[in-house]
Amino acid sequence: MSEVIVVTSGKGGVGKTTTSANVGTGLAMLNKKVVLIDTDIGLRNLDVVMGLENRIVYNLVDVVEGNCRMKQALIKDKRYDNLFLLPSAQTRDKSAVSPEQMKKLTDELREEYDYIILDCPAGIEQGFKNAISGADRALIVTTPEVSAIRDADRIIGLLEANGIHKIDLIINRIRMDLVRRGDMMSNDDVIEILAVSLIGAVPDDENIVIASNQGEPLVGNSSAAGQAYMNIVRRVLGEEVPYLDLDSGSGFFSRLLKRMGLN
Amino acid sequence: MNILDLFKKKNSGSIAKDRLKLLLVSDRASCSPEIMEAIKNDIINVISKYMEIDAEGLDIQITQTECEGSQGAVPALYANIPIRDIRKA
Repeated sequence: MSEVIVVTSGKGGVGKTTTSANVGTGLAMLNKKVVLIDTDIGLRNLDVVMGLENRIVYNLVDVVEGNCRMKQALIKDKRYDNLFLLPSAQTRDKSAVSPEQMKKLTDELREEYDYIILDCPAGIEQGFKNAISGADRALIVTTPEVSAIRDADRIIGLLEANGIHKIDLIINRIRMDLVRRGDMMSNDDVIEILAVSLIGAVPDDENIVIASNQGEPLVGNSSAAGQAYMNIVRRVLGEEVPYLDLDSGSGFFSRLLKRMGLN
Repeated sequence: MNILDLFKKKNSGSIAKDRLKLLLVSDRASCSPEIMEAIKNDIINVISKYMEIDAEGLDIQITQTECEGSQGAVPALYANIPIRDIRKA
């Protein structure tokens, strides 16, 4: 049974594209057949994060308009044979595609792929409506900030109004040093406010920047973010995975302080 | 309780949480700023019949309150209306 997952957030810049790339790549690493779709028409990003920007010939709009066959537009990943990208169009806008067309497209892909991951544009307009139209479930990405959480709440309401009830939250860019001294909301705070199930928290990790510079998702490697993303992937597959101790990795001094109850 | 908590009472994380809680109550109630403004003006008109109030200093907002017979907090309309003169001239 294949599943269509939309990665969305409301607010821009919280890590939707990075999350899409890493979750999609992680699922492919675990031998699932995966297609990633960049639904942000006019502002193409996912190809760059995946390092596939030089291989684009056709795009999402070409497929929808019948200028090419699906197979011609899908780009095979550099590292995994069972991972594909359907890039968005750079020279068109959101109105080039309708929700009905997106639903038809994802239904066609269901026949061949285990997971279809939709990278949703920021906002709640046409692009968002297109992206959610064919989705079975949603991954909401937020950061522990007032603005991002407010937008996430709005998105959760809109998803439920559109019949998507399987909603899981990813808290991105969490900094345990700030949480510990009370200057950032904790995972528990965010879950309490949004009343939605947590599927993973990703620490603020410089390796994310390095990975996107190189165009290679870091899921599954030894970095803190790489491990956090792989845990999310396993939970998406339904596995019970214990939560990472994001507190670890701090130095001797902070461990000593913690033991003394000072940190 | 953390020893440091004794010294700094309110850190920015809990300020953020409190702000969000209030914000989401009014967001979820889908009470637009226009509607709030209309409610505010109506309140000023009604109260002004009976006493002189400080319309500039009037503050209304949707918050949460505990309510008997219901689970947890419920939305509440909170209004702070400074009175200039209790006896209407």
